[in-house]
Amino acid sequence: MNEQAPRGVSVELVKVGRSFGPAIALDDVDLMVPAGSYCCLLGPSGCGKTTTLRIVAGHESVSSGDVLFGARNVTDLPPRARGTALMFQSYALFPHLSVLDNVAFALKMRGVGKQERWARARELLGVVAMQEYEARMPAQLSGGQQQRVALARALITEPQVLLLDEPLSALDPFLRVRMRAELRRLQRRIGITFIHVTHSQEEAMALADLVVVMNQGRIEQAGPPREVFNRPRTAFVAGFIGGHNVIPWQGGSIAVRGDRLRLAKGGEGLAATVAALEYQGSFILVTATLADGTELTAQIPDDSFDAAPLAPGDAVSVGWEPEAAHALQ
Amino acid sequence: MSSSLPDRAAQLRQIQARRVETRRALVAWLQAGPMMLVFALFFLLPLALVVMVSFWDYNEYEIIPAFTVRGYVESFEGCLAQMPSLCTTLKTYWQTLRLVGMVWAITLVLGFAIAYFLAFHVRDRTWQVALSLLCTIPFWTSNVIRMISWIPLLGRNGVVNRGLVEAGVVEKPLEWLLFSEFAVVLALVHLFTFFMVVPVFNAMLRIDRRLLEAAHDAGASAWQTLWNVVIPLSKPGIVIGSIFVITIVMGDYVTIGVMGGQQIASAGKVIQTRLDALQFPAAAANAVILLVATGLIIAALSRLVDVRKEL
Repeated sequence: MNEQAPRGVSVELVKVGRSFGPAIALDDVDLMVPAGSYCCLLGPSGCGKTTTLRIVAGHESVSSGDVLFGARNVTDLPPRARGTALMFQSYALFPHLSVLDNVAFALKMRGVGKQERWARARELLGVVAMQEYEARMPAQLSGGQQQRVALARALITEPQVLLLDEPLSALDPFLRVRMRAELRRLQRRIGITFIHVTHSQEEAMALADLVVVMNQGRIEQAGPPREVFNRPRTAFVAGFIGGHNVIPWQGGSIAVRGDRLRLAKGGEGLAATVAALEYQGSFILVTATLADGTELTAQIPDDSFDAAPLAPGDAVSVGWEPEAAHALQ
Repeated sequence: MSSSLPDRAAQLRQIQARRVETRRALVAWLQAGPMMLVFALFFLLPLALVVMVSFWDYNEYEIIPAFTVRGYVESFEGCLAQMPSLCTTLKTYWQTLRLVGMVWAITLVLGFAIAYFLAFHVRDRTWQVALSLLCTIPFWTSNVIRMISWIPLLGRNGVVNRGLVEAGVVEKPLEWLLFSEFAVVLALVHLFTFFMVVPVFNAMLRIDRRLLEAAHDAGASAWQTLWNVVIPLSKPGIVIGSIFVITIVMGDYVTIGVMGGQQIASAGKVIQTRLDALQFPAAAANAVILLVATGLIIAALSRLVDVRKEL
């Protein structure tokens, strides 16, 4: 393994379409994932993110368009010829094989001898800190341990692109946060391209260099997490990323973050009525309704809330700094 | 007062727990009871009788309740003296095992292929059920009629022979099509492939499809996936199906008799002959020997997989 040279490869989708009968799963998707970056495909179920992942992995064919790895067109290549590895949502470990044999599986398929492939598998188990479990069967492992084994199994072929299908969704919340950090560390260390499918915006924000928000077979927005969060391009992105209010404004609509809204009794701004209050510890979540029925949620820090308390039914005016708002397409 | 209040509460809880446990045990026995009774009455008791009679003595017209191993000894009479050539009994068992081996091998390959096709290539549930039912067709009619039907098909002037002669493949009708080992194997395979298909199909249905994808992702070819993933995970079904086929064929004498033209010896046939001669202890002794032989095969197969765990 050469640790110096970047071992990842860029992944590019060019006008990739995929339809299942009359249903369109992907609609001319263009995407460029730079080599060695961590990309998260984010969206609700049925948005096409898993189809995209499976097309990159070579487990799904395209109806139109091309998939490029670097300068190589891999559209019609099977997984093994692509240099990818896929980590399945439920890990798909072989239940009849020990941890060691699970990790060594791909090498066995290539005809690597037993001693050599076991040595290599032990090395990979070391990377995920699972050496002591090599003799166990998958059923004897916890969810987090299974995930590490699945990760080791995926990495043994030294892929240039690692594809992860909702890798954290089977874990409990505490473990999820820990494994998330480990995934990120691992990606940094081995430097290959990761493409990770998730429906959790929190996960995407925490992990990704590139967040790709998808909806109905299309990419709504692709960019660094900060850009996506601070400048959602469409109302869908603003809604899905969360923390934003979509407000009708001068014939179009604008997005304003909930923590940028100011509520005051009297004063200038949009007229609204406080509908509900929710105590969240460091801030109060205030739901207010505009005259046209639009619901806004504002996060008011607890100290400023205490200085001017509100109650459901209060008439308030909603305001924000001009730079906090930006127009949506 | 010697015991404090918490002690008393603990005592009560213990009594309560014991009561619940007793009740649960009683319910479990009651639930298992009817099946146990049927099993004891119609399986264990007759079996015990057979074992008992196998150690009785007999003459031309009666069986004598006295302990003797005559039934066993006579079955293997002269076997030691004839070594290394096989005596009739050993030859018969060898012949039976050969037959079982052939039928087992063919039903295994056929059954596995059919189950594989049903489980992995027929995606539609309705079609899976319809095609499975198709496999039960041999059971829609009685064994006697089924065997008689082979005669116009395989006989000297049967459909197959006439077809072959007319097509110029052979000059004169093939003799070995009917009343031969070939006919016996054919009839048994026709009957029992289904017993292999069902458990293997069932085991295959439980294989997570993502495992096949994972194998594909790891670069496994179709054959490698079959060998390294599908077959190991179908093993419980293969073992259960094998037990079905082997136990049934080991004891069969009707099909072997009819299809073999009464020319092929089998362990089951020996028992029938002894029964016809009213030599019940000898028949019972042969039945016990057959049972032990079958039991050994099943024990060997069961070592390959924990059947209880898979049910």
